[in-house]
Amino acid sequence: MQFGLSQEQEMIVETVRSFVEHEIYPHEAEVERTGTVPVELGNEIKQKCIDLGFYACNFPEEVGGAGLSHFDFTLVERELGRGSMALTHFFGRPQNILMACNDEQRERYLLPAVRGERMDALAMTEPDAGSDVRGMKCQAVKDGDDWVVNGSKHFISGAEHADFFIVFIATGVDETPKGPKKRITTFLVDRDTPGFDVRHGYNSVSHKGYKNYILSFDDCRLPQAQVLGEVDGGFAVMNEWLYATRLTVAAFSVGRARRCFDMALNYSAERKQFGQPIGKFQGVGFQIADMITEIDAADWLTLSAAWRLDEGLPSNREIASAKLYASEMLARVTDTTLQIYGGMGLMDDFPIERFWRDARVERIWDGTSEIQRHIISRDLLRPLGA
Amino acid sequence: MKVLVPVKRVIDYNVKVRVKADGSGVDLANVKMSMNPFDEIAVEEAIRLKEAGKAEEVIAVSVGVKQNQETLRTALAMGADRAILVVAADDVHTDIEPLSVAKILKGIVDEEQPGLVLCGKQAIDNDMNATGQMLAALLGWSQGTFASEVNVEDDHAVVTREVDGGLQTIKVAMPTIVTVDLRLNEPRYASLPNIMKAKRKPLDEKTPADYGVDAAPRLEILKTEEPEARAAGIIVGSVDELVEKLKDAGAV
Repeated sequence: MQFGLSQEQEMIVETVRSFVEHEIYPHEAEVERTGTVPVELGNEIKQKCIDLGFYACNFPEEVGGAGLSHFDFTLVERELGRGSMALTHFFGRPQNILMACNDEQRERYLLPAVRGERMDALAMTEPDAGSDVRGMKCQAVKDGDDWVVNGSKHFISGAEHADFFIVFIATGVDETPKGPKKRITTFLVDRDTPGFDVRHGYNSVSHKGYKNYILSFDDCRLPQAQVLGEVDGGFAVMNEWLYATRLTVAAFSVGRARRCFDMALNYSAERKQFGQPIGKFQGVGFQIADMITEIDAADWLTLSAAWRLDEGLPSNREIASAKLYASEMLARVTDTTLQIYGGMGLMDDFPIERFWRDARVERIWDGTSEIQRHIISRDLLRPLGA
Repeated sequence: MKVLVPVKRVIDYNVKVRVKADGSGVDLANVKMSMNPFDEIAVEEAIRLKEAGKAEEVIAVSVGVKQNQETLRTALAMGADRAILVVAADDVHTDIEPLSVAKILKGIVDEEQPGLVLCGKQAIDNDMNATGQMLAALLGWSQGTFASEVNVEDDHAVVTREVDGGLQTIKVAMPTIVTVDLRLNEPRYASLPNIMKAKRKPLDEKTPADYGVDAAPRLEILKTEEPEARAAGIIVGSVDELVEKLKDAGAV
């Protein structure tokens, strides 16, 4: 077993970290204050990423991406996690699910997305269908060659800048012993489709500037050509391509926690009370020790899950563990760092209060901590018949 | 024309430097090391010359420990074509002195026959600011130091130098040695395709003996000390108060 990174991987990490420190950090306070990313700034970040060959680096080379492995891409996500999500959004990682495009859809969606010409957003969640995806109400009914869609989606990230949406919509229902379960189909929806509306969502405490939107469909007609994958095949598409997005949350959490930790560590060494650096008080010193131990543990858990994915090994449980542990670790690390900073930690002169607020959503989106625990326990208990 | 760019592996500029307990130098064990920032600027300038069609090949050179390979890979990922590593020490704490480095570089220049050597004006670790000048002397070449602008023409180069109190523009005959200053350019990030290509680019490993140089140190470091800690500042409430404090301190 070998734990080090290759020279290429080291350079990827260094380059992305340097990019985040120089191109993202300087704009964070402004984005946080205004709650928005100026269009020119977003485009500038995007163009720089395209020039550096990092845009859509999660896509295979044959469609114009950099063909990074899950492991290498996780390293990229980890370093991006240090920076403001509203800004790193423009570092361009289109949804992998676009690989499910057929030849004709490739030209309209996949290739322009990889080139950075069209941005995408993914829509699944509804007000009454969060973890219970198959309880969704947004539905499409076949009418001739078209589908007529009615319903709404909310909490849609990336919608502000999206040119098209990848939307999961119910196209039927199965009666099961546990009650009715919706059959789901994935659709590609252009922003300007008649009957389709994108509007502001809620004000969230986490990730200011990375806004959430509400999508609504009112007798919106979508031609058959907008179906991504098979009709009623939404779950297949989801399982094949969305499986790994939880790794992104885990990697983000590790990167963000390291940035936060560095601040806690330096502050503990510099801040003096009762005539000595506060880190010398065991109460603080031990917190530093616990934090780095948890961060390292989450880092390895995440990287090993990514490695398993590359090796083609079963990794559903491992990814769930990484997402669960890393996001909960981030909550503890940001909270402890805030405690070490004391009153100043709550003030927006430092980014600590922001890290603390941002961390809260990581335990919720991409599958709540409870859903991850369910996945982990089911994975272990099912083979035993329980 | 070939361009030779010597690069040094130094303690990263973000790292808080710690003096070793015995005062023999700075603690470099388990510390993040990077390319000397001035050398990064030199690499960038060399790549720009190549992109402008004024240079055919950019060769990065590093003299030091085996780990300098990482520094050279960074240069290759930025866009240098090949690299030469001269392993002159085993211990990361051994600093190869400017004269030894200049002698080794002279050996490499004799072999490679570059038309231009671009190097950082100094390394940020010990601020010697000597290697480029020594190399010029050993080769009998012209030199343009502290460059904030470089224009290479066929048989000469026009170099703008940042000197105390202003800028000085000089014309130097080629081949020449240019040591670069901070404001010459802004080094690029390594692009992802270039990072992936860097490993496949040639990196030759040499020793000082290959160039007939004895790199043993001639200088002895007697003592290394941390700078005195700065006294804490104060925040004044008004301009009047500021003026008063400055008067009290005898500053105005």
